[in-house]
Amino acid sequence: MLKAYYYLLFRDLRLALRNRHELANPLIFFVLVVTLFPLAVTPTPETLQTMAPGVIWVSALLAVLLSLDRLFKQDYEDGSLDQLMLSPNPLVILVLAKVTAHWLLTGLPLVIIAPLLGLFMSLPMEAVIVLIYSLLLGTPVLSLIGAIGVSLTVAVNRGGVLLSLIILPLYIPILIFGANAVDVAMAGLPVSGQLLFLGAVLALSVSLAPLATSVALRITASR
Amino acid sequence: MLEAQSLECVRDDRLLFSGLSFSVSDAEVMQIEGHNGSGKTSLLRIICGLRQPEAGQVMWQGESIKSNRESYYENMVYIGHLPCIKADLTVLENVRSLLDTRSLALANSIIETALENVGLASYEDVQGKALSSGQRRRILLAFLELAQAKLWILDEPLTALDVQGVDLMESMILDHRQAGGSVIFTTHHGMQLDCEMRSVHLGHSNYQE
Amino acid sequence: MWHWIQRFSSPKHFYTMSVPLIKWFTVGALLIGLYGLYLGLFVAPTDYQQGESYRIIFIHVPAAWMSLFVYMVMAASAGIGIIWQIRLADMVAAASAPIGASFAFLALVTGSLWGKPMWGAYWVWDARLTSELILLFLYLGYMALQSAIEDQRSADKASGLLAIVGVVNIPIIHYSVEWWNTLHQGATVTKFDKPSIHVDMLIPLLLMAVAFKLFYAAIVLIRARNEALYRDRNRRWVRELIEQL
Repeated sequence: MLKAYYYLLFRDLRLALRNRHELANPLIFFVLVVTLFPLAVTPTPETLQTMAPGVIWVSALLAVLLSLDRLFKQDYEDGSLDQLMLSPNPLVILVLAKVTAHWLLTGLPLVIIAPLLGLFMSLPMEAVIVLIYSLLLGTPVLSLIGAIGVSLTVAVNRGGVLLSLIILPLYIPILIFGANAVDVAMAGLPVSGQLLFLGAVLALSVSLAPLATSVALRITASR
Repeated sequence: MLEAQSLECVRDDRLLFSGLSFSVSDAEVMQIEGHNGSGKTSLLRIICGLRQPEAGQVMWQGESIKSNRESYYENMVYIGHLPCIKADLTVLENVRSLLDTRSLALANSIIETALENVGLASYEDVQGKALSSGQRRRILLAFLELAQAKLWILDEPLTALDVQGVDLMESMILDHRQAGGSVIFTTHHGMQLDCEMRSVHLGHSNYQE
Repeated sequence: MWHWIQRFSSPKHFYTMSVPLIKWFTVGALLIGLYGLYLGLFVAPTDYQQGESYRIIFIHVPAAWMSLFVYMVMAASAGIGIIWQIRLADMVAAASAPIGASFAFLALVTGSLWGKPMWGAYWVWDARLTSELILLFLYLGYMALQSAIEDQRSADKASGLLAIVGVVNIPIIHYSVEWWNTLHQGATVTKFDKPSIHVDMLIPLLLMAVAFKLFYAAIVLIRARNEALYRDRNRRWVRELIEQL
């Protein structure tokens, strides 16, 4: 069972590494969107600082959203998804493997590049560290919840907008607490509450979202 | 071995079939016949457990496939219309990742022999995108041979295969039957199987409560 | 027992059985609603702080309650539909969504109308209004998914699963929005929960809540009947009905 998890995880990582140019796209998107804000508003450090947590978090959210297609689209189109569902291994484990791969390929790079964006938005050091923590806890949730949405819409033609319509409302708690943690850190206040909330939501999503995703995949396969 | 009990299937508000029952035992080959849109693919997907029937159930070794999914899937392999081939993986990696879903870790030499048997010798390291559609189907044949499954469910297995490929498929089915395995398949191409064969015909549907 | 449920929940049986129910629910909703409105608009005392404009709560509050209640009903019946394959439950879920969305919309409109004299603006990022807006988005997502999938069965199951995921999320969303609000606005006076409410205001409010529930019951039955007719248009019982016309 554990083997099945690793095999699928490594297959997805290998596939992504063979397509390196695609790998960078969400990351470039993330940086690009954040760059738009200083251009749209005045680039004074004070304004940027007040906007920064929200701007960076919203951009991260959108970057993950746009990359969600990668989770199941290709497997659905070439029939591999059927084979995964016909595996003697529990589908939940395989879903978890796919979500892990997705996070390693999109969420983790966002976390790694975040300090650069903190620099762009003139965030103080403490805030950047909290930003990293909050993204570290929050982005896996985005992948986990996103997986439910993709598995419901993967068979729908032009499902992109539909996906954002059904997923974005579910992302709101993560956005609120993630951005607020950074905000509060800038004021020099303790942020353990926010981070604990993100951790709790992460624990809840890890245990429930793969289950919902496998039910959703079976529904999708059943048409 | 496999038993379908009064299956009913509705697609897009159209009743495709109902009260469909049959069984397949060891060393039996069964063809599902019917015109386009009569529900052949839907029936095969129901038998696999990928699709839920409107009514009825599929039994494997006397138990519903819903409740003993694991043992059913260890003994069954399904090949559908789609090639399941990743363009960015090599032939060997493609076979491996297909076998991985069944938790079969086989030695390279075994896989290479299987590839040789399906006419893909020395193609191990060629990427999927460089293959013709017939060659992609041949990868699936190698997978079929390696999957160690008793029951084969094949949806249009002759698609994209050339004359030698068709011969190969036919002889694989015969060998599989010889070894006590069973096959359920659909095809529009004439499959000449030199063995006893049963068939289920999906006829015209009519609307009924 | 199981057999009985199956028979009772067949669309055909439901179609005939629901007629008297709809009648009684409609009559009840009208009577109780009119009485509640009378009490609320003419009998209940004027609020010493908010004057007459507070009277919109007799619409606003029940609508907000209903928007959440309908979502629960929708998710519960979608769950029944997915687990026990009861088609009637799927029909009720699908029939509920637009009604619930309308309640949410009504709550938003009345809330912002009330907000104008209170806050001096039609829209303020008040915790409850924001939660209500997100709830409306959840409804819209459900409806969009329902209509995007062509096969009726899959559409029901897919959107039903989404509704269930939504129900798990609603408390989390609600809590985070509350928390976000207190954080950004300090101690805003939330107009909607007064520590104590005069009994002359409470009675019409509760009457209106009952009336709204009955109204929903009547509408959802009517809509579910239509769903049943439409979905079973090729089945024998609907064809026989048409022939009788």
